[in-house]
Amino acid sequence: MDFSFMRDTFFSLLSGVPLTLNLALTAVAFGAVLAMLLALMRMSGIRVLDAIAQAYVFVFRGTPLLVQIFLIYYGLGQFRPTLQELGLWTFFREPYWCAVLALTLNTGAYASEIFRGGLQSVPHQQVEAARACGMSGFLLFRRIVFPIAVRQALPAYGSEIILMVKATSLASVITMMEVTGIAAKLISQTFRAVEVFVVAGLIYLILNFAITRIIMALEWWLSPHLRRPPAVEPRLEAAHV
Amino acid sequence: MSNGVSSLSPQNAPAVSISNLRKSFGALEVLKGISLEAREGDVISILGASGSGKSTMLRCINMLEVPDSGDVRIGGETIKLKKGRRGVEPADQSQVDRIRSRVAMVFQSFNLWSHMTILENVIEAPVHVQKRSKAECIAEAEELLTKVGIVDKRNQYPSHLSGGQQQRAAIARALAMHPQVMLFDEPTSALDPELVGEVLRVMRSLAEEGRTMLVVTHEMGFARDVSNRVVFLHKGVVEEEGPPAEVFSAPKSERFKQFISSHR
Amino acid sequence: MQQLSYFELVGFGPNGWGWALLTATGMTLAVAACGFLIGSVVGTFVAWGKIGGNLAVRSLADGYTTVLRGIPDLLVIYLFYFGGSAALGAIGSLFGAEGFIGVPAFLTGALAIGIVSGAYQAEVFRGAFQVVSKGEIEAARSVGMHRWLMFRRIIAPQVLRYAIPGLGNTWQLVLKESALISVTGLVELLRQSHIAAGSTRRPFDFYITAAVLYLIITWVSTYLFQRAETYSLRGLRRAS
Repeated sequence: MDFSFMRDTFFSLLSGVPLTLNLALTAVAFGAVLAMLLALMRMSGIRVLDAIAQAYVFVFRGTPLLVQIFLIYYGLGQFRPTLQELGLWTFFREPYWCAVLALTLNTGAYASEIFRGGLQSVPHQQVEAARACGMSGFLLFRRIVFPIAVRQALPAYGSEIILMVKATSLASVITMMEVTGIAAKLISQTFRAVEVFVVAGLIYLILNFAITRIIMALEWWLSPHLRRPPAVEPRLEAAHV
Repeated sequence: MSNGVSSLSPQNAPAVSISNLRKSFGALEVLKGISLEAREGDVISILGASGSGKSTMLRCINMLEVPDSGDVRIGGETIKLKKGRRGVEPADQSQVDRIRSRVAMVFQSFNLWSHMTILENVIEAPVHVQKRSKAECIAEAEELLTKVGIVDKRNQYPSHLSGGQQQRAAIARALAMHPQVMLFDEPTSALDPELVGEVLRVMRSLAEEGRTMLVVTHEMGFARDVSNRVVFLHKGVVEEEGPPAEVFSAPKSERFKQFISSHR
Repeated sequence: MQQLSYFELVGFGPNGWGWALLTATGMTLAVAACGFLIGSVVGTFVAWGKIGGNLAVRSLADGYTTVLRGIPDLLVIYLFYFGGSAALGAIGSLFGAEGFIGVPAFLTGALAIGIVSGAYQAEVFRGAFQVVSKGEIEAARSVGMHRWLMFRRIIAPQVLRYAIPGLGNTWQLVLKESALISVTGLVELLRQSHIAAGSTRRPFDFYITAAVLYLIITWVSTYLFQRAETYSLRGLRRAS
């Protein structure tokens, strides 16, 4: 292995990290709002809203992300005059915004199912207890339902964020120079696929490791009630014979 | 193989003999040098409180647990053990497999294979381990299922049967191997009280046929009426042993006395 | 030139792209199926390593699944495509050939998908194995089954049964992953749509058609996996 080449590669790829993180975090932030909206639609009990949300989730989970990106970036070009008239063309002309939009719509679909699972896991008795205390509506949601649901959904949502970091690599196909885009360029220039792959892979693993750690810290911070109470003697399990 | 009427005479050949068996789990020594001999036709009830090592002893006989030291002889053949990297292990796995197919085991939790019908469960080992002809095994399996009284369930899956029916199917599965020895590991402990009787009836009829059986059980009635020898284990050693008539009427050990009085 | 209607465009007439799209759909299914099967083989061995291996094998298997699930699939596809070409080029230069030798995109695509989905399937198989009752395995040992027989008759059928939902998810993943192979030039559904979009300047029509075709495949395979699951669980449901 050629270490000076790998070092150079590392620094070239590092310059793509801000864009990778930028794409992922922007999409995750917008996507979370969309997902919450979809989850509430699914649980609203209103047939039409439920059906719309279900269809949305089915379509965006059932088609490849790359098709969604192409549909937005290239496909909408077919309606360029109309979009120009509406003043939206400046948005859809930019690969960055197209990538963010596609990633947002995509993660919105996946995350809505995670949120729904979290909301459904809130024990009915706890909601009843809150109602008995006179809570209702937004107060009930904000103080009781949401905090419980978030803790339930956090592990799965953590994996979704990591999937999003991986998914940003597809933005390279529409010319975005994030980590994978730079890696592809380096490979096609040097034909040293293995070295570039190892370095790029390492960068992604470090990113994902950091995210996992942050989520774990968040989980710990959000669930004091699940922590082992301090100063308790460890119990000895009886041997099973 | 002879499954004739048992004469219970001491001249009968030894079917299972274990000597000086020791087994520890971590720091806990469960068997502290146990010796026991079962002759052909013997029905031995093994009693003891939980944690006394009775199940472990039974599981050592067919090497589901490998003893740390001591010998296990089945029909005069000693199971060869060796020191491996992870402790003692069988020296010859094919010997163990061969012996296991002659020593059938009935488990507390039945352990029927859930993806197979009752009939498939019964013929599985005869066909695939003993390589007998399938047609012959099916015919025999149906006889065995008739004998344990569930032939009408042969095409159902285990989860469709009650616990008592499942255990009777498991006994049929064990019988299909033509075993020289049958090991029963608390066969009725997982059953609802009203289902215990049907399983005990089947076991009693097996005993009357003269089969060699080692039964770990809490059923005092079975130990007293069906078995010809009772072994009481306490903390990994044999505390009391003898014919039921003797040990139940005049127990020598204080602990066994307590045990009987609490298990009436 | 008069503009073709949507249905003329994607239909099977003289100016239609229908056949081309259908063939490409077949290619998508073929490369996804091959990748999935390779992944099943890889996944079985990796799961085996995770369950029964010694410390070294276990860490290797854990490392494999962690790394492959943490790295973008696109990178893996680049590695196989360009890395394979580089390796072939190196071998070729020994025999006097010069320059870039392309590796069949189908082969590298299926391999890349196989390696990636192998990591997911390993987790699916391991999870399914943990559901198999330890007592049933013990019963198999107690009747003298040796390892291979026990694997074939008792463990594999049950693991497969419990794994069906997870395998269904992995299959959907593989199906969508196969779209990424279009970057290596394999003419599967997305690549064919790209070509058609470029030559007719009707990108939206073709990408939306591709999306619909993917949806149909997803929908049908969901249905099939559900059928398989119901069938495989026949022994687990209580008779009513």
